[in-house]
Formats: sequence, C-alpha cells, structure tokens
Amino acid sequence: MATIAVVPKGAGQATRSHPIGDLVVRRLAAGIVTLVIVSIVVFAATQVLPGNAAYAILGRDATPERLHALELQLHLDQSAASQYFAWLGGLLTGNPGKSLANGQPVWGFVAPRLVNSAVLVGVSGLVGSLVGVLIGAIAALRKDKPFDHAISVVSLVVTALPEFVIAISLVIFFSTVVFQVLPAVSVLPPGTYAWQQPDLLVLPVATLVIVIFPYIFRMMRGAMIEALESDYVEMARLKGLPVWRVLLVHALPNALPPTVQVIGLNLLYLAGGIVVVEYVFDFPGIGQGLVSAVSNRDIPVIQLIVIILAAFYVFTNILTDVVALLATPRRRLAR
Amino acid sequence: MPISGSPIAPPAPEVGTARLRRREWLWVLSGAARTRRGTVGLALVAFVVAIAVVGPFVAPYSPTDLVTAPFSGPQSGNVLGSDALGRDVLSRVLAGGGLLLLMAAASTLLGVVFGAAAGISAAYLRGRADALIMRSVDVVLAFPSLVFALLLVSIIGPKLWLIVLAVGLSHAPQVARVMRAATLDISERDFVKAVELQGVKPRWIMAREILPNLITPLTVETGLRLTYSIIIMAGLSFLGFGQSPPSPNWGLMINENRIGLQLNLWAVVIPAALIAVLTVGTNTFSDAVARVALGVERRAEDVRPIGVSKLEALR
Repeated sequence: MATIAVVPKGAGQATRSHPIGDLVVRRLAAGIVTLVIVSIVVFAATQVLPGNAAYAILGRDATPERLHALELQLHLDQSAASQYFAWLGGLLTGNPGKSLANGQPVWGFVAPRLVNSAVLVGVSGLVGSLVGVLIGAIAALRKDKPFDHAISVVSLVVTALPEFVIAISLVIFFSTVVFQVLPAVSVLPPGTYAWQQPDLLVLPVATLVIVIFPYIFRMMRGAMIEALESDYVEMARLKGLPVWRVLLVHALPNALPPTVQVIGLNLLYLAGGIVVVEYVFDFPGIGQGLVSAVSNRDIPVIQLIVIILAAFYVFTNILTDVVALLATPRRRLAR
Repeated sequence: MPISGSPIAPPAPEVGTARLRRREWLWVLSGAARTRRGTVGLALVAFVVAIAVVGPFVAPYSPTDLVTAPFSGPQSGNVLGSDALGRDVLSRVLAGGGLLLLMAAASTLLGVVFGAAAGISAAYLRGRADALIMRSVDVVLAFPSLVFALLLVSIIGPKLWLIVLAVGLSHAPQVARVMRAATLDISERDFVKAVELQGVKPRWIMAREILPNLITPLTVETGLRLTYSIIIMAGLSFLGFGQSPPSPNWGLMINENRIGLQLNLWAVVIPAALIAVLTVGTNTFSDAVARVALGVERRAEDVRPIGVSKLEALR
C-alpha cells in the first residue's frame, strides 16, 4: 500500500519487463530507502540527539578525562554527518565498532546470537505454520462442528495472551511446579549453538508457536472455507473427483496464498516476540542481547541489533509478497 | 495488503450519498455489549479494572512493607503469601494494576489520535503529504513495537511518560494505514465534494466531514490497539523498563518472583492471571465490536473500511 503511494504505478509497463521481476526491483528499491532512513533515525536517536551520548553513558560520575576518552571512541568530536558515514561504513564492511560495556568488537557479541535467534525464529515459524495450516484446514472441513468452535475459542483466547504469560505458564507446567521434564532456562555454554542442545529449544519454540499459530489458523480456516464453497470446488465434486483430490489439488492451492501473507506477518511479529521470550528463558539470542544492551546503555550493540531487526522486517516483507504473488496463478499471469 | 495495488473496492453505494448515520459507533458498542462474546469480554475487563481501582483502598498492608519471610506460602495474615523480599503479595497485587491500566489507556489514545490524523491527512491531501506520511509509517513499522520502545528507553531512560509516548507512536502507523484506506473511500463521496465546492478549508473538511464518518472503524481499531498496548506495557515492566522496583506492578512482580516459583507460586500466578484476564477481556470485546461493525457495514453494502482493518488486525 505504502510503496504504491511513492512509486509511479505504470513505471514497469513501458519496458514490458517481467511483472514479478519488476515488482521485486521496485520493492527492493523502496525497502533500501526505508532502511537508509531507519539507519539515520537510529543513529541520530542514539548518538546525536540527547545532547552528548558520552555524558548519558557515564552518568553523573563522569570525570572530564573519561568523558573525553569516550567522546573520542564514539567520534563525538566530529560533525554529525561524518560520524554517520563512519558508522555506516563500518556497518557495511562488517566492523560496527566496539562494545562500550567490555571493549570487545560488537560483531563478535552479536554474530553467535544472531545464529541462535535465526534458529529459534526459523524452527518456530516452520512448526507454527504447519500446525496453523493443518488445524485451519481441519477446522474448515468441520465448520460449525464442536472441534471448530473449540479451537476458535482457544485461538481467540491465546491471541490475547502476552508472550511472557505463555512462557511463564509453560515453565510452571513443564519445568518447575507440575512436571520437571524440561529445562526452565536455555543457557548455552559459550561457543555452542542452539541446535547442539535441542532440549533447550523446546520451551522457547513452544511459546512462539503458541503465539503465532492462532493467526495462521484463522486465516487458513477462512480461506479454506471460502475455497470449499467456491464454484470450482463444487464443479470438481460434481465431476466425481475423489475427495482427497478435490481438497489437495483444488481447494488447498487457492487457500494458501492469503495464508502465506499471514505467515509472513507472523515472521515479522517474531522479530519483536523473541525479545521477551529470549529474556524469559535466558536464551542467548539477539533479543536477550538487546535487553542487556539497553540496561547497560551499550549504544553500538543497540544500534546494530535494531538495524538487523529492521532489515529483517523489510526483506521478509518483500519476500512474503513475492511468495504470495507466485502462489497466485491469477495474479502471476494477468497484470 | 501491499501486494496488488488497490484492492477491488465495491462500487460506492449511491443510495447513501448523504451523510452516514451519526452516533453509529455508540450503536455498535452497545450492540457488541449485548452479544455473548461482548458480555463475556466486558465482564472480564470490568473485573480486572475493579481490582485495579478499588484495590489500593482495601489492601491489608502497604505494598512496600516487609511483613514476613521471603517467599512464604499462603498463611493467616498473608492470603497469597509473600514475595521475594517478604512483602504481602495480596497487597502488591491490589496496588499494582492502576498505573499499568492508565498507561495502556493513555498510549492507546495517543496512538489512535496520532494515527487517525496521519492517515486521514495522507489520504485527503494526497501528493507529497501522502508520500511523506506513508514513508514515515514504513520507517516506524520497520521497528517491532517493543524494540521501538526499548530504543527510546535506551536513549532517555525508563521514564513513564516516555514509555507511553513510545508505545503510542508505535501504534500510530497501523491506525494510519486503516484510516487512510477508509478515507480514500469517503473523500470521493458527494457530501465531501459538495463542501469542497463551498470552499471550506481542508482542515475543516477532514475534521467535520470525514472524521465523523470514520468513528466506527476507528472504534474497532481502538479496541485492538488497547489489547496490544496492555501487552507491550506489561512486557516492558516485565523486562524491568516500566515502573522502577519498589513500586508494585503486575509485570514487574512476575519477573521479581519467578525465581521462587516452587516456594510461592501465587506471587507469579496471580499477577500473570490478572494480565491474562484483562487482555483476553479487551480482545474478546473488541472482537465482538469488530463483528457487529462488520455486520453494520455489510448492511450498508460497503465492506471496505472494516475489511481493511480486519486484515490489519491479523498483525
């Protein structure tokens, strides 16, 4: 919606290029513009805006010498524009500076966390989508039967629950009060990654799956019901096709594109959702890294993680649209 | 959705080219309250609000008094036991909801007002204003709400007004998108054209002609945003960026007391349950409102504004 406001609508038609290639290029361009603005906002907000970042970090016990050393480290003695370009250059060349908390390179702190978070989001997104699509399809087939009603009420309730309430409930049930079968915290020894200890992933993944599945379920149910009531499904039935063929070949492909959109939205949602969930389980990902960086006012770390999350948002958004487009024959061919 | 350009809008009904019904949103709200879902939702919300409002006056102890040993179980004098520092859990529960509710309500209001103003201006003024506003919307949307709030907190520190502002601002883009889509429809109607011909200023057209016709979708959107506000506010307190420690706050209580889950379960379960009942209540009620509003729109043969907000609702 928003990109259309900016990019002239008929831009691609004159060249008769491939409609999807065209869309990807336009969306990528708009996405990169958005990211550049995001980087300026993040940089300006964290480094330039509040008078002097060095003073904010050191607080009241700032001695002139320490203040001066930190100012040099943050390049605060230079102009805002040159500070920004120095920072952006470092960011793009994989050298986003040093942590203010311990003097170590920021990338060394963030990289392993990024891998862990990617595993967490990937596994949760996959499991959540499969569960949502499956239950959604079943509910649509059993429309207005007890299963449908029950699962609809459950999803209405679950959508409203904050992630940390779900996470704490799971901890109460599976690792402390009721049963003690799963670890309550997912602390990884340094140098190991999340997939090396799958049992630590169970509760964080379960939390995120519970958080996202209702949305996917609802969309799938609605889209499937619409497909099942359509003329082409009725036609397929009247032709005497077997039920499985009607469902898998005629109804399902038409129900998936809108569901893909919602799955994309939920992946975007996970980018924010991991913050609280990783914190609850002490899972060493970028979300937990962000919370600790905010507590320490470790500005280079905050800048890097926020930019990563924004980039994830922008590119996932584009990817979702392209996948949904590819999954819709009608839109893929006609223009 | 951003994918296809403008969704195929049904042709605007020429029957109702006069102003739409005024006070329709009141009708929708009371209609929703009479559905089963709406009644349940409203009852849940009323229960929690009552505790938060009356609670501080009936609490047996001060929420910050150390009354017994840390993490004692329920006993006479401390019905829900004590917390990590030995303070009375019941008293802290009774005192810990008011500010949370107030902050959530304030940020929702802020987000809705900001978002509606931005969305309506973007759609009505078009051109550069539209491009500028929607580009800003894209930028704010690229931050997850909680991350946006954390970013602001990391700059200025965990001030309460700042958190309200941050959460409010992070809602505005969603509201703006919904309002923009709805305004595009309304601003083509004859009654708007008629006022334009009289030479009324755009500011007044937006405030007096367009906004009153968008109160119903705005009401639906407000309900949704309220639920998210509560979730984010409670989440921020849980992370330790809301009210600072000695004050009682349901989100903070869960975090302070979760190390003692096996000693005194209630210190965690009761605040968590109250937050859950509250968000389930607001969500259920706003779901009922959305359904009733959708019914009203269908009858008016114009599904578009609500249709859009229903899609946005999936976020």
